[in-house]
Amino acid sequence: MLKLPIYLDHNATTPCDPRVVEAMIPYFTNNFGNAASRNHPFGWQAEEAVDIAREQVAKLIGADPKEIIFTSGATEGDNLAIKGVFEMYASKGNHIITCNIEHKAVLDTCKHIEKEGGEVTYLKSTPDGLIDLAELEAAIKPTTILIAIMYANNEIGTVMPMKEISAIAKKHGVLVFSDATQAVGKIPVDVNKDGIDLLAMTAHKMYGPKGVGALYVRRKNPRVKVTAQMDGGGHERGMRSGTLNVPGIVGFGKACELAMNEMEADAKRLSKLRDKLETELMKLEEAYINGSTKHRLPHVTNISFKHVEGEGLLMGFNKDIALSSGSACTSASLEPSYVLKALGLGDDLAHSSLRFGLGRFTTEDQIDYTIEAVSKTVTKLREMSPLWEMYKEGIDLSTIEWAHH
Amino acid sequence: MAYSEKVLGHYQNPQNVGTLDKSKSNVGTGLVGAPECGDVMRLQIEVDEATGMIKDAKFKTFGCGSAIASSSLATEWLKGKSIDEAMTIDNMTIVEELHLPPVKIHCSVLAEDAIKAAVNDYRKKNGMPEVKFEESVIH
Repeated sequence: MLKLPIYLDHNATTPCDPRVVEAMIPYFTNNFGNAASRNHPFGWQAEEAVDIAREQVAKLIGADPKEIIFTSGATEGDNLAIKGVFEMYASKGNHIITCNIEHKAVLDTCKHIEKEGGEVTYLKSTPDGLIDLAELEAAIKPTTILIAIMYANNEIGTVMPMKEISAIAKKHGVLVFSDATQAVGKIPVDVNKDGIDLLAMTAHKMYGPKGVGALYVRRKNPRVKVTAQMDGGGHERGMRSGTLNVPGIVGFGKACELAMNEMEADAKRLSKLRDKLETELMKLEEAYINGSTKHRLPHVTNISFKHVEGEGLLMGFNKDIALSSGSACTSASLEPSYVLKALGLGDDLAHSSLRFGLGRFTTEDQIDYTIEAVSKTVTKLREMSPLWEMYKEGIDLSTIEWAHH
Repeated sequence: MAYSEKVLGHYQNPQNVGTLDKSKSNVGTGLVGAPECGDVMRLQIEVDEATGMIKDAKFKTFGCGSAIASSSLATEWLKGKSIDEAMTIDNMTIVEELHLPPVKIHCSVLAEDAIKAAVNDYRKKNGMPEVKFEESVIH
């Protein structure tokens, strides 16, 4: 039996895997110790659990456990990496290169850096949601200290050419930071093969708990340092003070171990389901896939259904299917997704988009149900869309003088 | 954000979706909003020339559920009203009827604008001066 509602918003967050929860439970009650308590068994037990988790996390991204700094999540990791490098390498330069489809946690941190006297170059995304490597190289100057490019995009799922990016960075002696929130645990990420110096990740996007994440900081070739953004007891080798979230960290470690073992099979299964969903929905007229279909995550697709508005579309089935739209009719600005706009989509197409994020527990039944519900609603709403009627009559919508508000 | 029962009702069973023949002299058409803003509303009225009453009203809307509900409700209210009475429909009455939250007030404003645009189109077609009204500014 198909159980409703169906969850297809895995880019926003994922459920905890029951095996993760099971691993965490003892660390709330019996093994509640502070990992920094060095003088009794409660502390030792907690410290040991954290050490195991650190190894599990490190292993997933091909790092050394000593290179893992536990944080509260990817937003903190983004802040610590960018602000930390900016402050630590101030004598070397003040220029950072990033991209205009990064997550707000990176873009807003860069805005903050600009206020602090830093200089930031925002590379323009290509129309398929990637970056132009020639443009990247051209943007590097003697004062450039950091290139901050996400591993995979949260809205359209495109995967950036990290190896090529880091090769260019290395040639110019610039550090590479990657917000890999959407990629880690979904596709193979290896900080050495990919040439990444700092990498942010979070547990709750990979079937772990919310409120815990990690920043990878390279220790060799080159040895990278960041200034702490949180002062206190000097935890995490002085880079991130604050009592460790032991149950969260244990869960994060378990989630990494599971991903290590299962991500390949998950990706294979989910890309098949995603392709089925996409192929069926693309049978609707005037449907467009946003972002590269070649370089992208296996479980994500973002589709615009022209002449229907995303939020109105969601309302047709959001009791039963949890999805996201690039339209933002509820926000005061009424501005649609900045990521879709950066791809060069007109506001009308950006307003008409749906993001599908499949996950470990997604079934074929759920995909079949979704195909039918979305197709039905798109058709129904087009029947009541004046734009669809005009389109069908052959009227060029761009020639109409709209009353702009 | 949860939708009110009334918005859901209109969304699931919209009233008076359709198109009237805009070439007819007794049909007035109002098209407001813009695709870039995520809302386009087209509202049409058909006036009984003998009585001066609105005998039919139709809409088509590109927009969120609240925009669809606002236009559906507007067509219901328009039927049986004179064109002068139609001009008195205030967006806040739509807000109250549908329990629209503050972020959705612009949907009701759009519906009010669409009514006025449709009435003015009818007046223009029939040699009557257009009624001036203050441009709404909130959306």
